[in-house]
Amino acid sequence: MATNNIKVLTKPFNLENPITVQVLGICSALAVTVQLKPAIVMGLSVTVVTAFSNLIISMLRNTIPNRIRIIVQLVVVAALVIIVDQVLKAYVYDVSKKLSVFVGLIITNCILMGRLEAFAMVNKPWASFVDGIGNGLGYSFILIALAFFRELLGSGSLFGMKIIPQSFYDLGYQNNSLMILPPMALILVGVIIWIQRSKNRSLIEE
Amino acid sequence: MHENFFNLFVRSVFIDNMIFAYFLGMCSFLAVSKTVKTSLGLGIAVTFVLLVTAPFNWVIDHYMLKAGALAWLSPSFESLDLSYLSFLIFIASIAAMVQLVEMIVEKVSPPLYNQLGIFLPLIAVNCVILAVALFVQEREYSSISDVMAFSLGSGFGWFLAIVAMAAIREKLKYSNIPKPLRGLGITFIITGLMAISFMAIMGIKI
Repeated sequence: MATNNIKVLTKPFNLENPITVQVLGICSALAVTVQLKPAIVMGLSVTVVTAFSNLIISMLRNTIPNRIRIIVQLVVVAALVIIVDQVLKAYVYDVSKKLSVFVGLIITNCILMGRLEAFAMVNKPWASFVDGIGNGLGYSFILIALAFFRELLGSGSLFGMKIIPQSFYDLGYQNNSLMILPPMALILVGVIIWIQRSKNRSLIEE
Repeated sequence: MHENFFNLFVRSVFIDNMIFAYFLGMCSFLAVSKTVKTSLGLGIAVTFVLLVTAPFNWVIDHYMLKAGALAWLSPSFESLDLSYLSFLIFIASIAAMVQLVEMIVEKVSPPLYNQLGIFLPLIAVNCVILAVALFVQEREYSSISDVMAFSLGSGFGWFLAIVAMAAIREKLKYSNIPKPLRGLGITFIITGLMAISFMAIMGIKI
């Protein structure tokens, strides 16, 4: 039972990664990864919301009538997102402003609906909670990787602190401004998928 | 702040394109853009749902949720600000509207209903729909014609993007892409390149 849950927790990191394999949660992954700090906050928010909504829906799964299934799921998720949004506005207001509509869009983040339908509706509460955390962390992992490269190569800083020393700039090094712009995030995800599929041949689609 | 309908429409289609500028609706964009036929169906469905839900949500926001919006009910409600409930109310109304649209389409035109198939319920959780409602709220459009121009433009821009991507992917079947990059990987990179080309029109003020 315990080893089963450990598998549920670790599979979304690689073989079932929500972004690169399940193709879920793309929208927010691209928009918030310009800097490392918003990316981490977003990753944490999604992890919290996924885990708790998985837990709640799993506890309710035998009492929800089939016809209004989607509406019930959306209401639970929306309520959790409102709470997370208010907490963010209270404690990290500057990051919350950067994230703007994307915190609200966690509601429609496909990862949530995807995991609710695929896992929480048919599994026990604790397993669903662990699955939510696993997928949230797999998602955060990709977000952090993207934000790391985009901020480092695009602004020469991490967490707002300058990393690349001034001597590099004096020698003629320039920040790659394309990294800050949205299209680069897409290309970076393509490259991450390329690397991942080269290492795991099983993921290659014919 | 009354904007010219046509200006707002053209701006929403190209400069504020939901896919290439804001990366909303990516999940279904990536999953459904394999053939032009399905993309046409989904694009039209998304535009239609946007046209129906965005003005409806604007009315709800204007007359119920904004600060002081409930003043028409009774002067004592002047100080009430219910905008923290926006997420919940918007997503619930979107889910309800999509269910309604599905029932009407099934009654009025069964062949269209069969063609759209599973896409219609999927649209309820498409980020674009909720995002347009939230953008309308954030940008504080003051008239319903602005809202209609914006939602029509956003839907049409999304439609153009997904059909263009499907056309490219159909042609890609005949090219020699390295195996790990086939399918999802190359689609991301192409979307990134298309986004770069759309950047050429960014910043044009009309």
